[in-house]
Amino acid sequence: MGNVVVWIVWVVAAFSCLASGVAVISFSNPFFSALALIGNLASLAVLYLLLSAEFVAAGQVLVYAGAVMVMFLFVTAYLGGRADAPWAGGPTWQQVGAVLAAGAILVEVIVVIGLTASGKLSHEAKIDSSFGSPHEIGRLFLTDHLLAFEITSVVLLIAAVGAVILGSHAHLRGALSEKQKEAGAGT
Amino acid sequence: MQGPEVAWYLAVAAFLFATGALGVLLRRSPLIVLLSLEIMLNGGNLALIAFARHHGDETGQIFALAVMAVAAAEVVVGLGLIVAIARKRIDLDVDKLNILRG
Repeated sequence: MGNVVVWIVWVVAAFSCLASGVAVISFSNPFFSALALIGNLASLAVLYLLLSAEFVAAGQVLVYAGAVMVMFLFVTAYLGGRADAPWAGGPTWQQVGAVLAAGAILVEVIVVIGLTASGKLSHEAKIDSSFGSPHEIGRLFLTDHLLAFEITSVVLLIAAVGAVILGSHAHLRGALSEKQKEAGAGT
Repeated sequence: MQGPEVAWYLAVAAFLFATGALGVLLRRSPLIVLLSLEIMLNGGNLALIAFARHHGDETGQIFALAVMAVAAAEVVVGLGLIVAIARKRIDLDVDKLNILRG
């Protein structure tokens, strides 16, 4: 009985995950694409829960679907809804090539999974109930993977500083060119 | 383990990765290219977590968390670039953004 419920939850989560993924790349308005990506991330969090990765699922919802996507929506709203029409006109050679390349990636991965799945992937390891809990993840981060933890913080700091520098440069140059225009209009 | 085995999760991850790759190659708006990159990273994350469950080893989950942090950093820099480009009144079209001039 429990197995059937897990299968139903898995099918619903996987289907909504794939459908919202396709929706992200097919909406012409970036705002709707960002909203579809939130659905994609939420259904992925359900899949993570099924794989008993509770902490990663919570982090996914908080960090990704919360913080990152809110930033995305702010930028999209700031830039205004500039829709590009992805399917306007007939298919160009670029689009045909893109579809062929993505299809090749998909076929390759599925074939490899199919070749290995028959033997090795069928029996899972036994896990205890603390697998993937915040306690275990925190312990691993501060013992075995301390270097990765610290490097992650440095990466985030560098990204924040870089974003501030990018924004301030654009701001300064914009103000400068407006001053030049005013000076030009004055003379 | 109840429910589907790891191969099914890997198939979903492969579909997600291919969808994201298609979006990166097909779309011209840099905002949607960034969103498609997120889909690709999440496909990788799903595979990592599925293998972590398969081997009963949480290192894969640690790696997935590191990938999430790198993705957040990438989004910050990407959105900063997009805002800087938009402020210079340049068209947001990756086909036209083909020179490295400030």
